[in-house]
Amino acid sequence: MTRARSRRYTRNLSRFVTEYSYAVSMKWVRLLLEELAVRFLVGGAIVSAFAVIGNLFKPKTFAGLFGAAPSVAIATLAMTASKEGPAYASTEARSMLAGAAALWAFCVVAAILLKRTNLKAFASSLSAIPVWFACAFALFWIAIR
Amino acid sequence: MIVKVSFAAVRETRWYGYVIRFFFGGAITAIAGWIAHSYGPEVGGLFLAFPAIFPATATLVASHEKRKKQSKGMNGERRGSDAAAAEAAGAALGSLALLAFAAFAWQFLPKFRSPLVLAAATIVWMLLSVIFWVLWRRLKLSRIRGRRHKHLSAQTAH
Repeated sequence: MTRARSRRYTRNLSRFVTEYSYAVSMKWVRLLLEELAVRFLVGGAIVSAFAVIGNLFKPKTFAGLFGAAPSVAIATLAMTASKEGPAYASTEARSMLAGAAALWAFCVVAAILLKRTNLKAFASSLSAIPVWFACAFALFWIAIR
Repeated sequence: MIVKVSFAAVRETRWYGYVIRFFFGGAITAIAGWIAHSYGPEVGGLFLAFPAIFPATATLVASHEKRKKQSKGMNGERRGSDAAAAEAAGAALGSLALLAFAAFAWQFLPKFRSPLVLAAATIVWMLLSVIFWVLWRRLKLSRIRGRRHKHLSAQTAH
């Protein structure tokens, strides 16, 4: 093979590899975005359904039960079980134990801030979110990992 | 201790309240999926119980109650915060039941069909939530009665 031909061959090969990798990676990105879009729509619909059901009830403490409804979990576990298999979804459910315990701590702190301070609802809720992260990851580190 | 069903509350809720909940609920579902995809199901599973919609819900509930009070010519700020605090207390009870949902799903998803397991787990969550709420309500009422009895006894003694 002459030098010019080998250079042309190498250039074509590298262009092919680059374009093929780009096409493959774009395909994966497109599949990921499609999956995320489906998760967004299904998750949003289930969360909204539980919100409507919660709004039907009085007193407010009973309606508040639906604020901790497993709406995100149902959407995620159902899609994950069908796509990745039940063992994968079961692993997610196990980690959810730590998340649920952290959610309890979040709700208690948020209720105290709302009742005992002059902070507005949004500020009280946002202030309690670090509590969720601290509890969730601490429990994950101790018990789940 | 009566639980009432009220369609008026659903009608009174503004349309953007549901749009906001749809958006936040959908976003956290997508993010949980992305985190599981990037970091594994152990980390992704934590976010299945992330309080993504609570700040929006608490704000909407507080502003709704505040508006109702203000329509009668009163300051509704405290009423709004108290309503949101009541929602948070209810959510705390619901999150205890959520532990049972997660444990049920963890144990039974590998053994049975996932739609059945998730439906059964949701029923378990609902039943336990109601039980916890009833117990909490009874405890609260008995404490209030106890305090009232003590106060009356103190007044009678004087």
